[in-house]
Amino acid sequence: MIPTFPAIAWPALLPILMVSGLGLLLLGAGLYTDDEETLGWGALAGLIVAGIVTLVLVGGESVRTFNGTFALDGYALFFDWLFIAAGALIVLMSMGYLGETDIEVGEYYALLMFALVGMMVMAAATDLIVIFLGLEIMSISVYILVGSWRTQPRANEAALKYFLLGAFSTGFLLYGIALIWGATGSFRLDEIAARLPLADESTLLLAGIAMLIIAFGFKVAAVPFHMWTPDVYEGAPTTVTALMAVAVKSAAFAAFIRIFLWGLAPVHADWWVVLWVLAAATMTMGNLLALAQRSVKRMLAYSSVAHAGYVLVAVTSGSADGGAAALFYLLVYMFMTVGAFGVVAAIGRAGEPLENIEDYAGLATRSPLLGATMAIFMLSLMGMPPLAGFAGKFYVFSVAVQQDFIVLAVVGVLNSVVSAAYYIRLLVAMYMTPEPAEAPALGRRPYLIASIVIAAGFTVLIGVLPALGLQVARLSFLSMQ
Amino acid sequence: MKDLVLSLIAEGGALAGVPFSLAAPLVMVAFGALVVFGFVLPIAGITSWLERRVWARIQSRIGPNRVGPQGFLQWLADGLKNLLKEDIIPSAADKWLFSLAPYLVVVGFIATFAAVPFTSSLIIADLNIGILYITAVTGIVVVGVLMAGWSSNNKWSLLGGIRSAAQIVSYEIPAGLSVFPIVLLTGTLSMQGIIRAQGWAPWDWFFFYNPFTFAAFFVFFVAALAEGNRTPFDIPEAESELVAGFCTEYSGMRYLLFFLEEWGNLYVIGAIVTTLFLGGWQVPAFTDNPMLLAVAQFGTFFLKAYFFVFVAMWVRATLPRVRVDQLMTVCWKYMVPIAIVNMLGTAAWMLFVPETLGRLVQFGMTGLGAVVVVVFFRRVRFHLRRANLKPSDYYYSPII
Amino acid sequence: MGTFAFLVLAALLIGSALAVVLHPNPVKSAMALVATLFLLAIVFVLLGAHMIAVLQIIVYTGAIMVLFLFVIMLLNLGDEEVPTEWPRVVLRGLAGMAGALMALQLVRLVAGAPLGRMVDAPEGYGGALMVARSLFTDYVLPFELTGLLLLVAVIGPVVLAQRRGR
Repeated sequence: MIPTFPAIAWPALLPILMVSGLGLLLLGAGLYTDDEETLGWGALAGLIVAGIVTLVLVGGESVRTFNGTFALDGYALFFDWLFIAAGALIVLMSMGYLGETDIEVGEYYALLMFALVGMMVMAAATDLIVIFLGLEIMSISVYILVGSWRTQPRANEAALKYFLLGAFSTGFLLYGIALIWGATGSFRLDEIAARLPLADESTLLLAGIAMLIIAFGFKVAAVPFHMWTPDVYEGAPTTVTALMAVAVKSAAFAAFIRIFLWGLAPVHADWWVVLWVLAAATMTMGNLLALAQRSVKRMLAYSSVAHAGYVLVAVTSGSADGGAAALFYLLVYMFMTVGAFGVVAAIGRAGEPLENIEDYAGLATRSPLLGATMAIFMLSLMGMPPLAGFAGKFYVFSVAVQQDFIVLAVVGVLNSVVSAAYYIRLLVAMYMTPEPAEAPALGRRPYLIASIVIAAGFTVLIGVLPALGLQVARLSFLSMQ
Repeated sequence: MKDLVLSLIAEGGALAGVPFSLAAPLVMVAFGALVVFGFVLPIAGITSWLERRVWARIQSRIGPNRVGPQGFLQWLADGLKNLLKEDIIPSAADKWLFSLAPYLVVVGFIATFAAVPFTSSLIIADLNIGILYITAVTGIVVVGVLMAGWSSNNKWSLLGGIRSAAQIVSYEIPAGLSVFPIVLLTGTLSMQGIIRAQGWAPWDWFFFYNPFTFAAFFVFFVAALAEGNRTPFDIPEAESELVAGFCTEYSGMRYLLFFLEEWGNLYVIGAIVTTLFLGGWQVPAFTDNPMLLAVAQFGTFFLKAYFFVFVAMWVRATLPRVRVDQLMTVCWKYMVPIAIVNMLGTAAWMLFVPETLGRLVQFGMTGLGAVVVVVFFRRVRFHLRRANLKPSDYYYSPII
Repeated sequence: MGTFAFLVLAALLIGSALAVVLHPNPVKSAMALVATLFLLAIVFVLLGAHMIAVLQIIVYTGAIMVLFLFVIMLLNLGDEEVPTEWPRVVLRGLAGMAGALMALQLVRLVAGAPLGRMVDAPEGYGGALMVARSLFTDYVLPFELTGLLLLVAVIGPVVLAQRRGR
């Protein structure tokens, strides 16, 4: 008596299967070669194929499979593509970076792929259990990646700190899931949404929502759950920092937005206040603390905290426009932040991070290309038109104003002004400070430069054609159901 | 068990008038007590005597032969002596945990008997998860061992306890994986169900079912020996390195309890191996008398199980102790992969091998087994001849 | 009979759970956790979920907690000091209050649960067959994802702790 196996919509699994298969291949190939370029090309080729397949899947009908716990919709594909693009850029960065470290190359690429799989699961899952599993696959891979440069004491410290706090936040997530299950009797987001009006034990539900906010607040580094961010971002190998800053954050937001703007949308009135405070605190604290940093890596860490705040503004609004703005912002933020961390990696040398602001003095004359691209990223992060960052911020704040969150929008705009101070300080160092006499020579790193240039290109492109990107984000968000 | 209870509370039964919900636990407790005091404790004690006698023969010594005929009552004397000894608790030890640990160890081992199928009807509880239950309660032993090692507040004890924990946790994996081929074949976890799926004849045993179950038997037996801290895997209590390992600080009865577990556990290993691979209590249906049949079943099961107790003694007297790193290498690099191959192989066998071919393989393997046994005895005779030994040199009778 | 057994078990369970949190010695805390998990398994038995009970003992008592104890014993930790400086005392008080509120809420919820909502367990409930069936049909995706998660978790220690061979 063999029970009937549930019908599976295989296309929904295709991106995940491809990337996890790629991870396994790289893990096996890592036994035979340690060459970061050979393996890197393999990873890149695999990711490009996966990206193309993902694009082919776009436009198909939205389906849910595995008893409605896993979705193939525009929302999932949008994030799949975002993660694959981020992963490909980071692989390209790593090809010029790993050789100077003693990271195990095969395992590094394999774990990178598994982290991407976890993120894709988080974006596609419509069930709290599956979201949890995706989060764990991603988190554990990233904990290991952070500590993979084992001879660096600060990497070890960062890995341990991230692991302990991450495990703690996972506890919150699970407890929150359990409480929400207690209130609604289901793990599936659509059932939760349907049963929310009947959830008679609202205290239980509220406690569950609070726990989920804490858990995701940790993963997206929202104040006051951001304490780990600067230390971990600074200690991790720069390529892994880039992964954490863009992909991990986006994945956490992917699950966060799906849960809150779909499953918990009926009780928007219950949770928007918390997110409002969280968003305001995150933007303000992130920018203020970034002002005080001398290390560019730490500054970018705090800047990433602040940007999580901007996305939270969009989520707080609770509307479809807010969701679309958040997705668009994450797309924009991905390119500019990957590029900025790419420049940080390019300035540093083996064993010498060289990531203080003095090390950037006169960069524009030492390397006009690095200087120009870094300027693009800084201006875009600041929100200067016509770059992509401006479009992102514009949509986020206009949605906030539309939904009558005017104070929040004002806080956000003021924060953008504050943030200009530290972004411009870096520009001043690069363009208006003379090059120190004994400046260390910059290594030749074609792959790193290539990834930076691609990121800069997209930053400009999206800035010039924002409507297209926003339209994609809106359609992706609306396809979620 | 249920039938027995029902017959007892029926009209005219010994417990007539007692409700089932009360009678069932009563009967179970009574039967459990009977098994523990009438079977488990004597079997552990007698095993201790027999082990010393067997080693003595293997090492050309005499062994204990003073108390009772051939020293048979030695185990009672030892037990009595240890009961009367002072129970020393070191002043630096953690009194509570130190006192508790031996009981935990003994409980973990005695609890396994609840699912040991002595005959087709004689079993305390034929759980539908029997074999997993045995794996689970064996896991309690390791907690007791760790507790003993830590609470003694002694370096040797702690090292012994930690070695033991690492060893038991590691070897639980090949042992557990080796159970799965049988579970796959029978589709049940119940001990009686597994035995019923086999027959009395050797070619109906899972031991000879296919090459994979054949290998699984050896993996399981070796892993079970290691889980029971038996030589050649007794590094947790290696005398030459760790004094007596986790039981260094123990004395009197508490010390004896650890060894009670070790000897008694040998029989449990034999019983599980017999159940899983050797047809358990299966006998040919030679009579209609249920009593006679039950006796034959019990005897068959007991002899099969006790044969493995003997093998364990034999192994202990023959092989030297392995090193810690070898211990882990054997487990993780050899036994676990082999166990996984056995599992997958059995699954593939069930899918792809037609019944007639499977039948032929069973007969063929049984024949091969018989040949191996014959060759073994011929070899022994050859060596005895070569050494010019007279029968009086190696003749041994436990009775005379 | 069942109710009585449950009450005794519940009392023991709560006692050992409190000991996990309150005992100053980490080893004894872990021992209390072993006891808690074991007693929880017995609660599962009372509920008829034999398979889960046995898996609970094999996985938690037999393996995970043993490794916990293993590490704690090797570290040879002393008793935890009771904090005296006020921020930590206040924080502990707040955490205790939050926990108490949570417990109160759960008690209110369970006490208010209408008995009519309870249904009899179907035939074979909690047995291997039923657990396996739902694991391989309804929950096959989480099951497979857990496989990937475990693979990653295995790679981790190898990457972080292996000896430098090259």
